[in-house]
Amino acid sequence: MTADVLIIGAGPAGLACAATVLAGGLAVELVDAGHGPGGQYWRHPAPGSPPDSAPGGGTPPGPLRLPRGLRGRGGHPASDDLHHDLGTYRALVARLEEGVAVGRAVTRFGHDVWSLTRDGDGWVAASHDRGAGTERRSRGRVAVIATGAHDVALPFPGWDLPGVFTAGALQALLKGNGVVAGRRVLIAGTGPFLLPVATGLARYGAQVVGIHEAGDPRDWAAHAPAVAQNAGKVWEGLTYAAGLARHRVPVHPRSMVVAARGAGRVQSVTVAGVSETGEPVAGSERDIEVDALGVGWGFSPVIDLAVTVGCRTSMSWSGPVVEVDDDQRASVPRLFVAGETTGVGGATLALREGELAAHRILADLGRPPVSTEARLLRLRVDRSRHKAFAAAMADAHPIPAGWASTLVSETVVCRCEEVPYAAVRRAVVEEGAGDVRQVKQLTRAGMGWCQGRVCEPACRGLVRSLGARSVAEQPGQVRSKGGRGDAPTERLVALPIPLGALADGEVVERSAM
Amino acid sequence: MRGADDTTTFQFDGEPIAFRAGQSVGAALIAAGRLSWRTTRVGERPRGIFCGIGVCFDCLVVVDGRPNQRACLTPALAGMTISTQSGTGWTP
Amino acid sequence: MSRVVVVGAGIVGAACAYYAARAEWDVVVIERDQVASGTTSRGEGNLLVSDKGAGPELDLMRLSRRLWLELADELGRDELELDEKGGLVVASMPDSLAALTEFAEGQRSAGVVAQPVEDLRSLEPQLAPGLAGGVFYPEDLQVQPVLATQALLAAAIARGAELRCGTEVLGFTSGGGGDRPIGRPLRLRLGDGSTIDADAVVNAAGPWGSLLGDAFAAPVPVLPRRGFVLVTAPVGPRVRHKVYAADYVANVSSGDAGLQTSCVVEGTRGGTILIGASRERVGFDDTLDPLVVRRLAAQACALFPFLREVPLMRTYRGFRPYCPDHLPVIGPDRRVPGLVHAVGHEGAGIGLAPATGHLVTAMISGALRSRRDPRSPDVLDGVDARAFAPERFASAVTS
Ligand SMILES: Cc1cc2nc3c(=O)[nH]c(=O)nc-3n(C[C@H](O)[C@H](O)[C@H](O)COP(=O)(O)OP(=O)(O)OC[C@H]3O[C@@H](n4cnc5c(N)ncnc54)[C@H](O)[C@@H]3O)c2cc1C
Ligand SMILES: Cc1cc2nc3c(=O)[nH]c(=O)nc-3n(C[C@H](O)[C@H](O)[C@H](O)COP(=O)(O)OP(=O)(O)OC[C@H]3O[C@@H](n4cnc5c(N)ncnc54)[C@H](O)[C@@H]3O)c2cc1C
Ligand code: FES
Repeated sequence: MTADVLIIGAGPAGLACAATVLAGGLAVELVDAGHGPGGQYWRHPAPGSPPDSAPGGGTPPGPLRLPRGLRGRGGHPASDDLHHDLGTYRALVARLEEGVAVGRAVTRFGHDVWSLTRDGDGWVAASHDRGAGTERRSRGRVAVIATGAHDVALPFPGWDLPGVFTAGALQALLKGNGVVAGRRVLIAGTGPFLLPVATGLARYGAQVVGIHEAGDPRDWAAHAPAVAQNAGKVWEGLTYAAGLARHRVPVHPRSMVVAARGAGRVQSVTVAGVSETGEPVAGSERDIEVDALGVGWGFSPVIDLAVTVGCRTSMSWSGPVVEVDDDQRASVPRLFVAGETTGVGGATLALREGELAAHRILADLGRPPVSTEARLLRLRVDRSRHKAFAAAMADAHPIPAGWASTLVSETVVCRCEEVPYAAVRRAVVEEGAGDVRQVKQLTRAGMGWCQGRVCEPACRGLVRSLGARSVAEQPGQVRSKGGRGDAPTERLVALPIPLGALADGEVVERSAM
Repeated sequence: MRGADDTTTFQFDGEPIAFRAGQSVGAALIAAGRLSWRTTRVGERPRGIFCGIGVCFDCLVVVDGRPNQRACLTPALAGMTISTQSGTGWTP
Repeated sequence: MSRVVVVGAGIVGAACAYYAARAEWDVVVIERDQVASGTTSRGEGNLLVSDKGAGPELDLMRLSRRLWLELADELGRDELELDEKGGLVVASMPDSLAALTEFAEGQRSAGVVAQPVEDLRSLEPQLAPGLAGGVFYPEDLQVQPVLATQALLAAAIARGAELRCGTEVLGFTSGGGGDRPIGRPLRLRLGDGSTIDADAVVNAAGPWGSLLGDAFAAPVPVLPRRGFVLVTAPVGPRVRHKVYAADYVANVSSGDAGLQTSCVVEGTRGGTILIGASRERVGFDDTLDPLVVRRLAAQACALFPFLREVPLMRTYRGFRPYCPDHLPVIGPDRRVPGLVHAVGHEGAGIGLAPATGHLVTAMISGALRSRRDPRSPDVLDGVDARAFAPERFASAVTS
């Protein structure tokens, strides 16, 4: 069956798009790797969780107890009070479920889309149904990529110790599983996202020993107009601030983690002040005992499917993003992109983009509009407000220029292939690698399971900072110039799929011919 | 039978781990105080959850004999047998 | 000192630069992108004698094999990741085994070591049961193409060669044409607006070699032949040799434009399994084709059933520089004295690179020393170079 609209990603952007095109009478197929709708923002425990299913009504054994307050009530157990805007979420999901009930929507959760390719005039997404272990193809006349973003992580000595998480992982464990991943937790990195992570953990019983924010929230003042236009965001921020105060969580601006230590798991972290130039201040180091550390440096858009089909991309502060026009259309026909994939800006922005894409799709496929011009105008205004706010936040929360000065030769930069900093440095400084692709080919950094999603921001940064030095110091090196600089990495396989599933897919294909 | 021990635990390296329906294997292990369930193939270093959302592949584990499953995405089911994965999870 | 400009810093350009620098020419390598950014980083690095029937390409490969082993001593085995792995060709059915056995006999008479194998699983324990038989080729080697290119260029630079990346060669402004004797340099036009004079120019532009030939008014019929390679998640050393099915040989030498797949399966140092490679002529179309991926996966699983459980982690594709007769174009171009081609190695350019660099250097050196129009020598180091001469496309060339 070919749906009218094939949507990849059921986060805020994908859901908003699905609900709107369904309202306009189109048929939808929605594919997502997660176990249900919601994406990262509205992450919930897997469906079917009974309201209270803890063993014997108690809590699991072990030192990290599941907080009682997390045992849920009603339909969405565990984490309702961690979410914002649940009304919107429920309304969108209800529209989707209605669509499923009347046979106009098909949802495929637990499906990892590994490729998106052209299929005549339309599109076909091939995915790995993880539950069944098979490959499935989903077709649509129009496709929407709404694959969101993931945390940006940067290496430092000890970052690969168990107990060191991305900030998003702590949030996912809490929202999606009701698990508080430590008793003494330190939160570090930069950006407003650190606040909900810290308050959520504190509310559910963790002692959050501090938020070490590399930036300085006072820098927000420099962006007064963008901030002032987003009263909602400011209010949200104030709520978190109040929460932090209630739980006595100290916030340390201009401070960063320079090392984590421990035997087999994190036991302490070293923090240091951040100078005006973004370097850790020598002599300001301080050790803090923890049993979990969450670090977040912002988010990096997931753009692989769009890159593979040839969409134009550009470099933004959040890494490479897919370029879209005012109607969320990508540079290739019949393809729309919405949400963080076009630039990181939060869930509300993702919702607006998803809905705007849907309006254009309805028009393109000859359906009458489902909302007024006034609403469309409001969506567009909202979109630009949120984009401006996101840009202001990014400006106020840069990654410190000197983040890499914490690295020592043995620090693993690529976690998958266990490539140490010394190897990356050698590739850039001595062998003249001019971009992440060359670093990968010379060192294997980025060749492992995650395909460089985790180490790429670091490698990109290292090519830039070490590369400047290398040209000056090594005039005779093999790769003196060149380098694709900011070109996005191509990942033709967006997520791994077992060869057996592909092999059986080939049989299906042959018998269909 | 929900609520009885055997329907709400899985085995991890021979020990029962209790979980709540809806949790992932990785989350249940963390709730039980286990932070790592894999050793890397070069440095034999311990790893567990890092990104929590299926991106980093640090949390690989052996599920019912199948290596390289992402613990952060694998829903915990009663009676599963989970074991520590060393290296690639394959024997030569 | 006479100057040799090598256009293209793929494996072939790197080998030409290395041997020319060793012969003490003033070498400048000009690459429009980066080192090994073309086909060289998209292939697998098999140095195969096993897939070549008796003939000039096999002779060239045998020379190249000797040179690769020499290079390993000189540049360091680890720098090239050279591995004397050996290749195992398997036949699933008795009739394909008969064809394979006959093919191997021809190779043996040309000096190749080809050993019939009855108990395939003693060599490759993970192979599927029930395959008819196979032939083992202990001389098949492997290198890591990017590292090897890097090492060759570094050695050339150590001998005084110069490398300019990010600069395209557009054509030439003066010299060239007619019966100009060698010795009056060609003036090359570069993308950055500058020029460079060269006594000899080597066309090592890989699949773009025909475009460069056109720019020099010296066309060579090189076409791109697309190939996909699959890379699995790491599984460790479960596949010991290069293992491929007997019908691979037929595919390699086919001129059909349609899709052909017959997989070559091998383990890598990183612990991943490489599965190559499809062949199809679709121009420079670089879109992903899931059908090709599925076919390669199915064939690999048929050879090694354990692969069913192993995830595909990535795939990459490249464009083999392909000539209609499946032989490379190596030698001076009579139409533009000073221009020497080193293109069209199709799916064997990594393997054939050292011999190509060696022949090209010998041809240039002979010409430059005697200050005469270079001509292809007939036989060099046991290789009949006439088989590779650009003149073989004479009908197309003179028109
Ligand atoms: C771990 C994490 C936690 C976060 N928590 C919060 C939070 O608590 N509060 C907050 O304000 N912001 C949070 N964010 C920020 C968040 O990115 C957004 O604000 C919001 O969720 C963006 O919506 P989206 O629709 O663009 O993408 P997402 O919500 O990220 O949705 C994208 C969806 O696409 C799916 N997907 C991606 N690739 C594939 C593929 N190849 N095949 C199949 N499916 C695929 C994913 O499974 C996901 O469900 C979090 C981000 C991360 C990474
Ligand atoms: C899927 C696949 C698998 C393969 N497997 C093997 C294998 O196992 N063994 C093997 O031996 N071979 C293999 N090959 C073939 C091998 O990769 C090629 O034959 C070889 O890389 C060709 O090298 P080259 O230097 O001629 O071309 P390239 O590596 O393409 O180099 C040409 C260079 O010239 C540059 N260039 C082009 N035009 C200009 C210009 N005008 N100015 C400046 N620079 C220019 C390009 O940017 C490029 O870097 C495979 C190929 C593919 C596609
Ligand atoms: S924790 Fe990153 S994939 Fe599971």
